[in-house]
Amino acid sequence: MAYDKFTILRSSAVPMPNENVDTDQIIPARFLKATERKGFGDNLFRDWRYNNDNTPKADFVLNNHTYSSEGAPRKILVGGKNFGSGSSREHAAWAIYDYGFRCVVSSFFADIFRNNAINVGILPVQVSPEFLEKIFAAIEADPATELEVNLPEQTITLLATGDSERFAINSYKKNNLTNGYDDIDYLLSMKNEIETFAETRPF
Amino acid sequence: MSTPKTLFDKVWDAHVVRQIEDGPDVLFIDRHFIHEVTSPVAFLGLEGRQAPVLFSERTFATADHNTPTINQHLPVADPQSASQLNALERNAHKYNISHWGLGHQKNGIVHVVGPENGITLPGMTIVCGDSHTSTHGAFGAIAFGIGTSEVEMVLATQCIMQPKPKKMRITVNGKPGKGVLSKDIILYVIAQISASGATGYFVEYAGEVFEDMSMEGRMTVCNMSIEMGARGGMIAPDATTLSYLKGRDLSPKGTQWDKLVPYWQTLKTDEGATFDVDLTFDAADIEPQITYGTNPGLGTGVTQHIPMADAIKDGAASYKKSLQYMGFAENESMLGKPVDFVFLGSCTNGRIEDFRAFASIVKGRQKASHVTAWLVPGSHIVEKQIQDEGILDILTQAGFELRQPGCSACLAMNEDKIPAGKYAVSTSNRNFEGRQGPGARTLLASPLVAAAAAVTGEVSDPRQFL
Ligand code: SF4
Repeated sequence: MAYDKFTILRSSAVPMPNENVDTDQIIPARFLKATERKGFGDNLFRDWRYNNDNTPKADFVLNNHTYSSEGAPRKILVGGKNFGSGSSREHAAWAIYDYGFRCVVSSFFADIFRNNAINVGILPVQVSPEFLEKIFAAIEADPATELEVNLPEQTITLLATGDSERFAINSYKKNNLTNGYDDIDYLLSMKNEIETFAETRPF
Repeated sequence: MSTPKTLFDKVWDAHVVRQIEDGPDVLFIDRHFIHEVTSPVAFLGLEGRQAPVLFSERTFATADHNTPTINQHLPVADPQSASQLNALERNAHKYNISHWGLGHQKNGIVHVVGPENGITLPGMTIVCGDSHTSTHGAFGAIAFGIGTSEVEMVLATQCIMQPKPKKMRITVNGKPGKGVLSKDIILYVIAQISASGATGYFVEYAGEVFEDMSMEGRMTVCNMSIEMGARGGMIAPDATTLSYLKGRDLSPKGTQWDKLVPYWQTLKTDEGATFDVDLTFDAADIEPQITYGTNPGLGTGVTQHIPMADAIKDGAASYKKSLQYMGFAENESMLGKPVDFVFLGSCTNGRIEDFRAFASIVKGRQKASHVTAWLVPGSHIVEKQIQDEGILDILTQAGFELRQPGCSACLAMNEDKIPAGKYAVSTSNRNFEGRQGPGARTLLASPLVAAAAAVTGEVSDPRQFL
């Protein structure tokens, strides 16, 4: 599925300092029977976000008005270490994207989640543990504080203080995200080459 | 002289369409299997892009994950399951993909029907949105599970993007003892190296034990590769492989077959080729196995005691949590543990050989009255073999019933769920918490160990019945 181009993103952020946020928490298994990729955002962090009777849990960060600037939804989720561990379900990344996030920041990502995120158009930004602490502290001091994520320059900056750090990404994936391409777009652009290759297969 | 290559390298390199600098390889996929659960969203993506399926003849659809195993002639009761099955049928029809839906004579579990119809061949790349796609590696193919975006990718472009994994060789020498099946060999290996021992690797199985093994046995072994964290596992094709494939419905025929044979004979690891990790085991050390914990690495010989926490690498806290879930304690004997359910089936052990093994023990005996047994063939072809070989009569006389093909209690997405707290000796591949139903307690084992449990009602050594 195609997604928006990613170049420079400036937004305030939602802080979620918990470590080891796993994909079962991001999207519980009972939401995997769907035949459409629709409405996953509604079930993002379902069991942390809602009581059994579907009323919102007041103390969960996504339900906290301090972190939900009306009219300008926050596009950056800042998570604790080992974000996205557990099963390989791509639905976890779908839910985060569908909710409106375009970037997840953490000091460590589970492998498969990192891949799934990029595949659906979410930029995973891995920062040092020290920088992650700075971000959490800055948001605590001023919940409206803004971050700038600059993909071409591969930097993340706390705009209030100018504190900045570089992050890594391979050049192929970077090119995809800045152009709003996914792997399928890339492969479709080499369709002739694939068709010629297919002729050489013995079966 | 060219540098010696592994079997894996030979097959991988033959499929690289393009190498992306500072990025993954673009890998051509020869065969793609789809089923009802992981494909609907992929087709929606395709529609959104208005892209066609590039090579519809390279994709095969079968319904298996979410299907009932009784009364398959009736409409599917669960509306969500029915809607997934309808979506598969509609999409297959729209894009001209061959579809073996519920009730079709070739229907069955995707990893059973592929090989038995000759769709799987040596030297292929094969993918499916199911992690046990590794099964097809038994034929000397590179086969692995993929995510839904990748299903869409293969439909649209017949390629996927992958960085090349590292390589591991697992050699098992010697001859397996009495009552030791392929399932015991692989459960033993996983217990030795742990459920994450091969993470990041692609495995080649080598040595006398695998050379002597039937194709059914090799499929069981490769199937479980994922349970030690490997991306997949493969075994070099040989005379056993070719005689299994020759004459199957969709296998190449005549001169086409004759042309492929010399190529297939080159598919083996060259003398002097190197692996990142090389492990060797001895078949003489292996007895019939059973798991006692909540990951496939927590297994031991059926006559052994449950290990003490300090003997486990994983960490004592998660080990104790695992035993607590199972209702077991350290140092208890596995023999004599009560069993409530027996599940014979899945893409790990739902083939004819597995039913023959099971029947060899229950023949002339009776099912223990308190045991509920679900015997689920992997496909209609297996079901027919069971009838034709007289195995059905043996099972019936011993008090068992045969269900209809499907994944069934392997993942318990349909009605076949083990109730909370109950013990199931299961020939499937995963014993995770809740895998066979919320609260279900799974003991993974071979069809012989499952049969012994079914007639005694407790964990028993099958060798006493052989
Ligand atoms: S039997 Fe189990 S492992 Fe095999 S394809 Fe079905 S669900 Fe997957």
